[in-house]
Amino acid sequence: MSTITRRTALGAAVGAAGLALAGPTASAGAATAPTGAARTAPTAGSAAAGPAPAAFDEVYLGRRIKGGAPHGGGHHGGHHTGDYSVTIDGEELHVMRNADGTWISVINHYEPLATPKAVARAAVRELQGAPLVPLTLA
Amino acid sequence: MTVRKNQATLTADEKRRFVDALLELKRTGRYDTFVTTHNAFIMSDTDNGDRVGHRSPSFLPWHRRFLLEFERALQSVDTTVTLPYWDWTADRTARSSLWAPDFLGGTGRARDGQVTDGPFARSGNRWTVNVRVDGRDYLRRDLGAGGRQLPTRAEVDSVLAMETYDTAPWNSSSDGFRNHLEGWRGVNLHNRVHVWVGGQMATGVSPNDPVFWLHHAFIDKLWADWQARHPGSPYLPAAGTPDVVDLRDTMRPWNDVTPADMLDHTRHYTFDTAA
Repeated sequence: MSTITRRTALGAAVGAAGLALAGPTASAGAATAPTGAARTAPTAGSAAAGPAPAAFDEVYLGRRIKGGAPHGGGHHGGHHTGDYSVTIDGEELHVMRNADGTWISVINHYEPLATPKAVARAAVRELQGAPLVPLTLA
Repeated sequence: MTVRKNQATLTADEKRRFVDALLELKRTGRYDTFVTTHNAFIMSDTDNGDRVGHRSPSFLPWHRRFLLEFERALQSVDTTVTLPYWDWTADRTARSSLWAPDFLGGTGRARDGQVTDGPFARSGNRWTVNVRVDGRDYLRRDLGAGGRQLPTRAEVDSVLAMETYDTAPWNSSSDGFRNHLEGWRGVNLHNRVHVWVGGQMATGVSPNDPVFWLHHAFIDKLWADWQARHPGSPYLPAAGTPDVVDLRDTMRPWNDVTPADMLDHTRHYTFDTAA
């Protein structure tokens, strides 16, 4: 078991998946999808009308949850999707703002909630004490 | 020719072969590459940026190709295996045979959500969750938690009745069939089923739960059912649309397939019912 960056993982996976890729250009399209798309897209915080939500910093069910402008690009290559970042015990929770202003995270991806704080709290409940980890592969 | 069957009608032998092929793909590492690809698109598909696999018109053709790749991988293990579909309007409780120990196993235990029976339980040591976003390496479920209900047949029919495939702004706020089927708007079909299963199915690494494939095989069938009801309604958008996959644009990560190529499923498989 090794922990690697998301970008490395994506490249490795696309190669290993045996998907029909034409070469380096095609591979790069998939391998860089998260960073490339995030870079060219409007930031998550501006995806919908209205101001970015308020920052928060609280202990919820024993976990330190924080939200607000990201600091220094995050721990793992700055893969947050915009100008709003959420962490649980210091580890980044990947969050995204929907077009209607609601939010989701990688933990509760299919269930939009009203605010990033609500998304952070939902993730804490779902984690049941488990730590967030950078994308991990065998 | 591949025939995709309702999971409720599979024989014991068909279930065993499907499960064995899943376990073999898992053993060799091929299974996990599909999980990684899915999560990459989950995290990069954004409403105001480039979007391919989700929250966009190509949600349906992208997943059709994704399932075809996976089905071919299964068939490289056992040529008789096809993807079953789960009609969650009919098999709508945790007591369904879908969740029996001889098929996918059941819901998770209260303490930590861990699935403890069936071929994917941690005790079998054949289904370590390697591609993950938190520290837990075992399959988890929380079927119907909080009293949530699966979509009904009437709700499905209300979405199948929609005439238009998709509409601007071609994202999670769109009107039209695709977004109501995906579930960001309206009665919420696809997204709700992910949440109903819970555990990994509620996350970006949802294909870690094998039920992902049976769920999406049914979503795929609903697209075919909609096409049959609306033969005059084309895939949209047709051309020149920023950030989304038009009819004849190629889709990442394959870059050799367009939505137009995916419109006719009968070139690849049929269903066990008249569409």
